[in-house]
Amino acid sequence: MNKLELIESVAKKTGQSKSVAREVLDSLLDTVEQTLVCGHTIEIRGFGAFKLKRRESQRARNPRTGETVEVPSRFVPVFKPSKKLAEKVDK
Amino acid sequence: MTKADIVELIAEKTGFTVKDVKIVVEQCLTEIKDCLAEGNHLEIRGFGTFKVKNHKARKARNPKTNEEVMVPARKKAVFKVSKELNNILY
Repeated sequence: MNKLELIESVAKKTGQSKSVAREVLDSLLDTVEQTLVCGHTIEIRGFGAFKLKRRESQRARNPRTGETVEVPSRFVPVFKPSKKLAEKVDK
Repeated sequence: MTKADIVELIAEKTGFTVKDVKIVVEQCLTEIKDCLAEGNHLEIRGFGTFKVKNHKARKARNPKTNEEVMVPARKKAVFKVSKELNNILY
């Protein structure tokens, strides 16, 4: 499924126009993004939580040249599904 | 930040009523959940991909009792962030 299919399906089921569904979805994704950019956790009950996790710096090797490079520490977003979602998926 | 906060924020930004936004947001989330429950993945360009990953059974230890327990094989919902979003967060 991609975004367009999601928008179409949501529009159909809610009776809203596609443009409304698109605008709301875009805004929702934007909100999640902005919250993470600010370094905050965003929790959506019954769905899951998006968090930022710090990844320590590590050594890696360039597979082509074989030289060792230092990968600096950075933040990666992680998604923790809610219990409900986890149970639903694992069936 | 909770769902009610998000809905209010979206309503403010888009100018739609809270009621409409709430219905659409709920449906979006339900739709994503159902899609994952069916084992399909969902890709949102510029944001990321939700997919289902198979985890093998493994041994684990209860840290309190030191007892070994078997964790059965299971499916887990995972989110992989898009390059674009990752670069913003970097």
